[in-house]
Amino acid sequence: MSNIDSKIPEGPLAEKWSRHKAAIRVVSPANKRKLDIIVVGTGLAGASAAASLGELGYNVKAFCYQDSPRRAHSIAAQGGINAAKNYQNDNDSVYRLFYDTIKGGDYRAREANTYRLAEVSPNIIDQCVAQGVPFAREYGGTLANRSFGGVLVSRTFYARGQTGQQLLLGAYSALNRQIDAGSVEMYARHEMLDVVLVDGKARGIIVRDLTNGEIKRFGAHAVVMATGGYGNVFFLSTNAMGSNGSAAWQAYKKGAYFSNPCYVQIHPTCIPVHGSQQSKLTLMSESLRNDGRVWVPKKKEDAERLRKGEISAVDIKDEDRDFYLERRYPSYGNLVPRDVASRAAKERCDAGFGVNAEGKAVFLDFKYAIERLGRETIEKRYGNLFQMYEKITDVDPYTHPMQIYPAIHYAMGGTWVDYNLMTSIPGLYAIGEANFSDHGANRLGASALMQGLADGYFILPYTIGDYLAGEIMVPKIDTNTPEFDEAEKNVTGRLEKLYNIKGDQPVDYFHKKLGHIMWEYVGMSRNEEGLKKAIEEIAELKKEFWSNVRVPGEMNNINPELEKAGRLADFLDIGDLMARDALNRNESCGGHFREESVTEDGEAKRNDEIGCYASAWEFQGEDKEPVMHREELVFENVKLTQRSYK
Amino acid sequence: MADKILKKIYVKVWRQNNPSEKGRFETYEVENVSQGSSFLEMIDILNDQLIREGKDPIAFDHDCREGICGMCSMYINGHAHGPDSEITTCQLHMRRFEDGETITVEPWRAGAFPVIKDLIVDRTAFDKIQQAGGYVSVNTGGVPDGNTIPISQVDAEEAMDAAACIGCGACVATCKNSSAMLFVAAKVSQFAKLPQGKVEAKRRAKAMVAKMDELGFGGCTNTGACELACPKNISISHIARLNREYLKAKFSD
Repeated sequence: MSNIDSKIPEGPLAEKWSRHKAAIRVVSPANKRKLDIIVVGTGLAGASAAASLGELGYNVKAFCYQDSPRRAHSIAAQGGINAAKNYQNDNDSVYRLFYDTIKGGDYRAREANTYRLAEVSPNIIDQCVAQGVPFAREYGGTLANRSFGGVLVSRTFYARGQTGQQLLLGAYSALNRQIDAGSVEMYARHEMLDVVLVDGKARGIIVRDLTNGEIKRFGAHAVVMATGGYGNVFFLSTNAMGSNGSAAWQAYKKGAYFSNPCYVQIHPTCIPVHGSQQSKLTLMSESLRNDGRVWVPKKKEDAERLRKGEISAVDIKDEDRDFYLERRYPSYGNLVPRDVASRAAKERCDAGFGVNAEGKAVFLDFKYAIERLGRETIEKRYGNLFQMYEKITDVDPYTHPMQIYPAIHYAMGGTWVDYNLMTSIPGLYAIGEANFSDHGANRLGASALMQGLADGYFILPYTIGDYLAGEIMVPKIDTNTPEFDEAEKNVTGRLEKLYNIKGDQPVDYFHKKLGHIMWEYVGMSRNEEGLKKAIEEIAELKKEFWSNVRVPGEMNNINPELEKAGRLADFLDIGDLMARDALNRNESCGGHFREESVTEDGEAKRNDEIGCYASAWEFQGEDKEPVMHREELVFENVKLTQRSYK
Repeated sequence: MADKILKKIYVKVWRQNNPSEKGRFETYEVENVSQGSSFLEMIDILNDQLIREGKDPIAFDHDCREGICGMCSMYINGHAHGPDSEITTCQLHMRRFEDGETITVEPWRAGAFPVIKDLIVDRTAFDKIQQAGGYVSVNTGGVPDGNTIPISQVDAEEAMDAAACIGCGACVATCKNSSAMLFVAAKVSQFAKLPQGKVEAKRRAKAMVAKMDELGFGGCTNTGACELACPKNISISHIARLNREYLKAKFSD
């Protein structure tokens, strides 16, 4: 029997959220003033939550590891944000956005959460417009839309190729207004290293001031983690260098369940890896697939000559080009969902048709769009992306097709939360990419921004009130208690331990090794043997790390290597749990592709008999096997079908 | 295409262990760097080398490494973000350098941006300027439908040109007066082009300029250096708009 209570409200799907809102408790303004909330992370979810909670009258403290809340990695999202506005009159609706999201997630998300996400999506656009976010406009002054992968309507709002930046700056401006008003205290360059529980409830955090190494305690009536995803477990990803899974992992070790760690999104259009010194991968927006056509040569000899540099893409005639997405998926063509596009690229490259020296790249070609629409239109739509591409590769994408290859991009898995976005620890919440609930096994493009802001502006501010209404008699949290002492002692102990190993290898040496294991065995294609091997190899690497890492510098000064060491220590554990989860899920679904579960024509084969659940892993102690709980997924409103984009 | 390997380069970099210590330049040799590597990847290689030699690696700010977070901030061979146009440090590639070259790397130099360590400076002043008025005062919820506020495409595009600012501080580091005018102008101008920003336009312009002055940034003497250094190509015409907004606000006092 499962001990998971997802607290999904009763009633018809379309009424669940409004019924729930009517039923949950509200805190009076006088009492809000007495309640403290900690928000960790200031990306779209964290900044919007901190600002909204401050506006409501709570005392908020917000934390980020960057030098300013404006730098959170939401800022790098390029393409857009979905919303069921139906401004294009193309028969979009809340239901259609919900359905596309559930289907795109390969039927591995909660119906109720996903529906609510679609339901609040129109409010997000209104909110951002009111804040002065400069969305793209039509000549008549109305908001413009573009299309994205995996859908047949045009519902994506955008601000050039910098939508994430503009939405984050909108949330940041709302946050700044609250900082100015004194309702939010901001702590930049502070990293959360532990969550503190008192009588089983989250009551505070331990942080390290990154500028001087000081360990500090903060108490609150509730703690919100908005700390993003764990994609950097792969070393090379599109995440920012500092993006990490440590906050979520510390929460896991304190009893918060971790869900679906094996679901990571591999984005099909990234600039390919270049040599062995590369530090990160750069994403090229999915919106490019609106106008770019993906291809590899039809003839292997052409691919070979490309790899040797004897010919270039423009030398290959149209009839010798294999537009493999259009060939395999005629109805969606170049706009198939990310997981499908990624696997198709890998399939062509594995078959020997890769086009760069390493054989790990395909073309994304704008020649046809430029012929059809003119260079000026393309420049207007994608100018900044083309510039970015040229700066990195030294190739002009207006005259030569881009080279792209899949890379790790987003974590659908994350901390388990109930319908209220509360984790299995009372008073501890997880929002945005940090939680697991809305995208199932694959996230649709332009939906991460939507979810971050939905959680932060419109969901958490309501649901947290229901919990806090029961806490109004609790006085300010005293941080001079044995629980805080103990948590701080553990944090300091771990930092000292890492610092005092004084081994031979820098942190990145181990991180790159972990990345190789993960990409090889827990990447785009997985099988039982490989996953078992990954678990063994990670265990060995973990031992080596804890005995041979070298952390230079000083404990009580700014020390990026010490920060990295702590994060990697957690990535090693997260990698292990990802492999276990992937091993346990003996079906292919979304971003999780098991070689044992494929259809006759090589497509991913979902198995609803065994796979219709969300995993929720429970920590049992260091080096003990975790226990997996199952949250059964019940679909009352959509019929489960094998996803087809053909 | 295969990138050339730089056999040896010399990196002359600012080292300063903490805000109160007097800093100094140190020169390091780095061997075998691919020209396809980014500048920060070259620093990664150098740091790896320093750690293995038992030395303290160079502390520097960086995060997204794709030119949008605004965290990276190096002054390279006398240019903010290095010798290329419209880029951040993380987008600078080693193609811009020759074998045997000595590359000088410094932190942003401005009174309002004190050095924390090596190449890391404190840019909290930028946040404080934004907190003084870089927002539209709307709470979450209770706002009208997005399409009830029509905005001409031209205005939206101009607002977006200004809003593209990443808050890196290259403008301040480049300005001989360490002025933050381009940074302030970018936000004031974005809102000046949008109906949502009109209501608080006067208060905003005055408050942000006052905060900028209070925090020790210098005045603007229209040299235009900021525009050249700006990785997002933000035009000084926004400074003209800021001046107009500011004067309008002052005259109506």
